[in-house]
Amino acid sequence: MNIGVEPRTFELKRRHARVHEWTAEWVIIGSGIATIVFVVLVLALLLRDGLPVFRYTSLPKFLFGRDWLPLSGVFGILPLILGSLLVTAGAVVIAVPLGVAVAVYIAEVAPPRVKEFLKPIVETLAAIPSVVIGFIGLLVLAPVVRQVFHLPTGLTAFTGSVMLALMALPTITSIAEDAITAVPRDYRAASLALGATRWQTIRMAVVPAARSGIFAGAMLGIGRVIGETMAVLMVTGNAAVVPTTIFEPVRTMTATIAAEMGETVQYSPHYFALFAIGLVLFVITFAINLLADLALRRSTVSR
Amino acid sequence: MNGDRFRTISALALVLIVGAGPACRRPSAVAPRSITVKGSDTMVILGQTWAEAYMKKHPDVSISVQGGGSGTGIAAFITRRCDICQSSRKMSGKEVQQCKDRNIVSRATVLAMDGISIAVHRSNPVDSLTLNQLQDVYTGKLRNWKRLGGKDAQIVILSRESTSGTYLYLQELVLKKERYAATALLLPSTKAIQQEISSNPNAVGYGGVAYFKGKKNVKIIPISKGKGSPAVEPTDGNVISGRYPIARPLFLYTAGKPKGVIGDYIRFCLSPEGQKIVSQVGYVPIGKLR
Repeated sequence: MNIGVEPRTFELKRRHARVHEWTAEWVIIGSGIATIVFVVLVLALLLRDGLPVFRYTSLPKFLFGRDWLPLSGVFGILPLILGSLLVTAGAVVIAVPLGVAVAVYIAEVAPPRVKEFLKPIVETLAAIPSVVIGFIGLLVLAPVVRQVFHLPTGLTAFTGSVMLALMALPTITSIAEDAITAVPRDYRAASLALGATRWQTIRMAVVPAARSGIFAGAMLGIGRVIGETMAVLMVTGNAAVVPTTIFEPVRTMTATIAAEMGETVQYSPHYFALFAIGLVLFVITFAINLLADLALRRSTVSR
Repeated sequence: MNGDRFRTISALALVLIVGAGPACRRPSAVAPRSITVKGSDTMVILGQTWAEAYMKKHPDVSISVQGGGSGTGIAAFITRRCDICQSSRKMSGKEVQQCKDRNIVSRATVLAMDGISIAVHRSNPVDSLTLNQLQDVYTGKLRNWKRLGGKDAQIVILSRESTSGTYLYLQELVLKKERYAATALLLPSTKAIQQEISSNPNAVGYGGVAYFKGKKNVKIIPISKGKGSPAVEPTDGNVISGRYPIARPLFLYTAGKPKGVIGDYIRFCLSPEGQKIVSQVGYVPIGKLR
C-alpha cells in the first residue's frame, strides 16, 4: 500500500514543479519579448507622428535649415542638431579622460579601503536627479563661467557640457573600471617582469588591453549625455542659433522637444516636427548604442 | 501546499486586474473633491496661495496647482486633463474652436490684473525705456546697452519659452507681432529669468511684478508709451488706471458656469480674502476696478 501512495505524491510534486518551471520560463520569455515590442512600438509611434512633417517641408530643408521658427511654420533643425552635438562633444572631452582616470585609479592604484569608499561615491553621482544638476549649473556654474571667460551670459553650451560631464562620469567610470579589472593578471605580471614601472604597465599594457570596454563605456556615456534634457534646458540658454564657439548659448534637440511639446496642437505641423526631432535623436542614439555594442563584442571575442 | 499558493496568487492577480479597471476611472459626474488647476507660470504662485488658503478652510477638498505656461494649461483644459485653467491671455480663436469640437463651453473669469515688468540688474544705469526701445531690444535691432544710455556691453535678452502666455502677449503688444531675436535666451521659467538677471549685469528680462519686486540685485525699469510721455512703474494704481502700458487681465477658465466645489473655489478667489492674497502675491486686485 505504501508503495501505491508514494509515487502519487511524487507525481503530484513533479507536476507542480513542471507548472512552476513552465510559468517561470514564460514570464522570462514574456519580459524579453515585451522589451523588443516596446522598442518597436516607440519607433512606430515616432515614424507615424514624425514623418508627416515632410508634407510641409523636405528632408534637406528640415535637417539643414538654419531657422527654427515653429510658430511661423519654418522647421530647420540644423541649429538644434549642432547644439546637441556641441554640448555632447564638450561633455565627452571633459568626461572621458576624467572618467577613465578615475577608473584607472579605482582599479589599479587605490588601496582597497579607498576603493571601497570611492566606488559608491562615484555611483551616487549617477543618482542625483538631473533637475538638481541643472539647478546647480544655473545657480553656481553659470555666473562663474560668465565672469571667468568675460562672456555676455554664463548660459552657454560649455556650462551644459560641464554639467553633463558630471552626469556621464559614473557610467564611463564603472564600465571602464570593469574592463580594466577584467584584464588578466598575467598582463601586469609580464609587463612588470620586463622591468616596466607601474605607470608604464598601466599606460602600455592594462589600458590598451581594456580599450574596447573603455570605448564602450564612453559610448554609453555619450548616449546618456545626448538624450539628457532637464539639465540642458536649464543651463544652455536655448537660443536657436547656429553656434560658432562653445561659449555661446545653444538650443538642443531634447530641450526643444521638452519645452515646446506642451503647447503644440496635436497633429499640427509643429507637433509632427517635434516628433521628427525625436526620430533624429532616436537614430543618433541607436547608432551610438550599436557602436558601443560592437566594441563590447569585439572585446569579448578578442579575449 | 505549493499548488494552493499558486492558486491564491493567481486569484489575487485576477482580482487586481479586474478591480483596477473601474478604480482607475475618474468619477467626473460627481462633484469632485479634488481640483486640478494648470496653466500660466505667471499665476502659479497666486494659484498655489489661493489653493492653500482654500484647503485650510475646507480640509476635505484637495487642489493641485501646476504651471507650464498658459498654452500648456489651455491644451490640458481642452483635453480635460485639468478642471480649471489659469491663463494670462485670452484663448485664441483656434483654441475656442477646439473646445467647441469637444463639447466644452469655455468660460473665462477675470480674477486679477498683472503689470508685466521689465527688469534688469541693479547696477544697470538705464532707468527708463520707451515701448519702441523695448521692441528694438527684443527684436534684436538694438544690441548694445550704450545706445540706451548704459555701459558698452552686449544686451543679453531673456525671454520665456514659446509656451508662455507672457511670451505671446509681449510679442503682440510690444514686438508688434515681429519675431523675437534669434539670440534671445529662452528660459524655462520666470524664476530662471530672475535668477539670471540677478547675476548678470547685462541681462534684461520680463515677467510678473511678483517675481522681481524686492529681489536681490534686480531693478524694475519704468516704461513710457513713447518719447515725451512719462515713464511709469508697474504699481497697482498705474496698472488699474492704464497708465502703465504693459498690463493685462489674468483669467481662470472653467468648463461651463463654475458649479459645486469649483464654483465655490472661484467665489473664494473673488472674495475680499482671495483678493487680499492677490495683492500679497504682487498682482493688482480687481476689487479696485469696481
